[in-house]
Amino acid sequence: MLKTFSKGGVHPPENKLSAIQTIEQLALPKTVSIPISQHIGAPATPLVKKNDSVKTGQLIAKSSGFVSANIHSSVSGKVIKIDSVVDSSGYKKQSIIIEVEGDEWLEEIDRTPELKKEINLSSEEIIKKVGESGIVGLGGATFPSQVKLSVPRGMKAEILIINGVECEPYLTSDHRLMLEKADELLIGTQILMKALKVTQAVIGIENNKADAIEHLTNLTKQYQGISVQALKVKYPQGGEKQLIKAITGREVPSGGLPIAVGAVVHNVGTAFAVYEAVQKNKPLFERVVTVTGKSVKKPSNFLVRIGTSVANLIEAAGGLPEDTGKVISGGPMMGRALSTIDTPVTKGTSGILILPEGESRRGKIYDCIRCAKCVSVCPMGLEPYLLMTVTEQQNYERTEHERVMDCIECGSCSYICPSNRPLLDYIRLGKVEVGKIIRTRKA
Amino acid sequence: MNDIVIYTIITVGAIGLVAAVILFFVAKQFYVEEDPRIDKVEEALPSANCGGCGYPGCRNFAEACVKADSLDELFCPVGGNDVMKEVAEIIGIEAVEKQAQIAVIRCSGSFEYRPRTNNYDGAANCTIATNLYSGDTGCQYGCLGLGECVDACTFDAMYMDEKTGLPVVIQDKCTGCGDCVRACPKDIIELRNKGKKDRRIFVSCINEDKGGIAKKHCSVACIGCSKCFKECNYDAITIKNFLAYIDYNKCVLCRKCVAVCPTDAIHEINFPPRKKKPADTKAAPKEKVKENTDLIDIAKKNQNNNKTES
Repeated sequence: MLKTFSKGGVHPPENKLSAIQTIEQLALPKTVSIPISQHIGAPATPLVKKNDSVKTGQLIAKSSGFVSANIHSSVSGKVIKIDSVVDSSGYKKQSIIIEVEGDEWLEEIDRTPELKKEINLSSEEIIKKVGESGIVGLGGATFPSQVKLSVPRGMKAEILIINGVECEPYLTSDHRLMLEKADELLIGTQILMKALKVTQAVIGIENNKADAIEHLTNLTKQYQGISVQALKVKYPQGGEKQLIKAITGREVPSGGLPIAVGAVVHNVGTAFAVYEAVQKNKPLFERVVTVTGKSVKKPSNFLVRIGTSVANLIEAAGGLPEDTGKVISGGPMMGRALSTIDTPVTKGTSGILILPEGESRRGKIYDCIRCAKCVSVCPMGLEPYLLMTVTEQQNYERTEHERVMDCIECGSCSYICPSNRPLLDYIRLGKVEVGKIIRTRKA
Repeated sequence: MNDIVIYTIITVGAIGLVAAVILFFVAKQFYVEEDPRIDKVEEALPSANCGGCGYPGCRNFAEACVKADSLDELFCPVGGNDVMKEVAEIIGIEAVEKQAQIAVIRCSGSFEYRPRTNNYDGAANCTIATNLYSGDTGCQYGCLGLGECVDACTFDAMYMDEKTGLPVVIQDKCTGCGDCVRACPKDIIELRNKGKKDRRIFVSCINEDKGGIAKKHCSVACIGCSKCFKECNYDAITIKNFLAYIDYNKCVLCRKCVAVCPTDAIHEINFPPRKKKPADTKAAPKEKVKENTDLIDIAKKNQNNNKTES
């Protein structure tokens, strides 16, 4: 019996259409717009001005706080302007717009494909390097990685979990990375282990990626302390708390961080980026993005420079299909529908999903029939129908009491609801309102 | 049989009597002194419990009035000056006259003037939509048209106009309580003085984008051209972030700014028609808005619909 998390979960159709497509380097665009806020936390401060020349990998915006991240230029060329551009949040954000001229990388970046296994840096140096390289959680949450590597005083990390679950339907960027960059990924894992001073690392992979499990299991024999754990397919296993529960059996307490149970979770994409940053001196300025959808001509996995327009990606995958209803940044469960495709790829863009009109629309909303399906699928053990009701009544005290802040916004409740109720929409609203109350209470 | 009835009446009566005596003494012992004026003030108030005064309900407002030394800060927008005069009489201090206010919608981006670039199908709630993204048009400041203000209105003074997709304030019913102002997540609604003979002039736009961008997304947006600012002789108009704002305390309702506005973003309400240029022909410019290459191009559809309508 394969391991999995205990509470709730759903089984949406997997639709991993691009799983067999190797990662392709996307051609350089004419211009890129790089938002200065691609991570959770304070936006970075721009260091360049109009008409400045920049090289690929050059720092163009500096981290402006503890929870913030550096931003590097993904191309070489000239800064045309610093302007606001609609990003995947649906709002205009300050972005640095660069016109591409050639592809001249900074000299200190090692562009050779050779594997570098020796880890020369110390734990502190690794954390510093990760921070400097602007690495954030590439699974989609975009939380600055160096913050996660800095274990708070009085706590101790015991196990590093590498998240190769990719439980979102359609997405295959992590899957391809595990197949094609396995060695780099494992060295990256070792670097993270050294940074955290742990001796054990487990790579969690869902059982629908049998090739990746086999490939990595064979390779891990050469790497001490790293093992691969096959997991039963269930959404949202890629959630940090769910993955810890599935692998270690430990439950992160309500309101607590994973470190409270001695675990630190990083995505495979992050581990790969850490390898490149530490061993190859290459900051985070490109990532693997899946472009997929049932009516997409050529579902693909692209290695994309940050700031490339989503329209370019769609073009490379065979163009926007006629019957397009929605273009989603991310997967179908947790992704955000884009209001325009002229929006840049950011560090958190794991995939671009194009849904046909028929599949993309929400059904008619009916009354709650008290079937409690939402309760049974909630991986956090919450009562979504109740959270929605009390939020609608603006009874935020009760919303907080019902532990709305524990919600991981996986969308299982909205997915399963036979009455098509917008449960997650209201729960998110509840989280925003309760968050405000908590902040004013602290102040 | 009869005995049971008699005994029951006697026992229950006796219990009742003892309880009454206890209650009488308890009530005397724990009597809360309360200013009798609070009840009187509460009676004078409109009992709408709308919260427009800033207090949770009329009773709380009455308590605050009785405690206060002056009525400078306290005002019941629903009752207006008449009720406040009555309240002042009861308490025995002087009433402060305030101008009556009314809610004003500062967005004219109807389907016609502001083409839709995408189709929202999430929960029909403005705050939820605002948390998700900037809206179903290119303008990230404008009205979402999901009607949270209408739901918030205690006095049935608002409705959604299905043709324009914008809320409408029914002038006779609006009390200026401000519930809609608090409900709107985009801060579009403002309370403004009702003005002489109910006449008002205001900028019906809050778009802070540069002129060209604002105009591209909405043909009746304020583009911050400063024409009104130059025209105004009373310093009533300020321009900030490419957006004009008219201070209703300084505005003398001369209507000069309305005439010069190139996008008809400045609205005049309840004025008699102009002699040269009657008010109703002043429809906004019929400009073809540049077609967006956005994913769901319902803008095109809307334009077609409008053509068939007009």
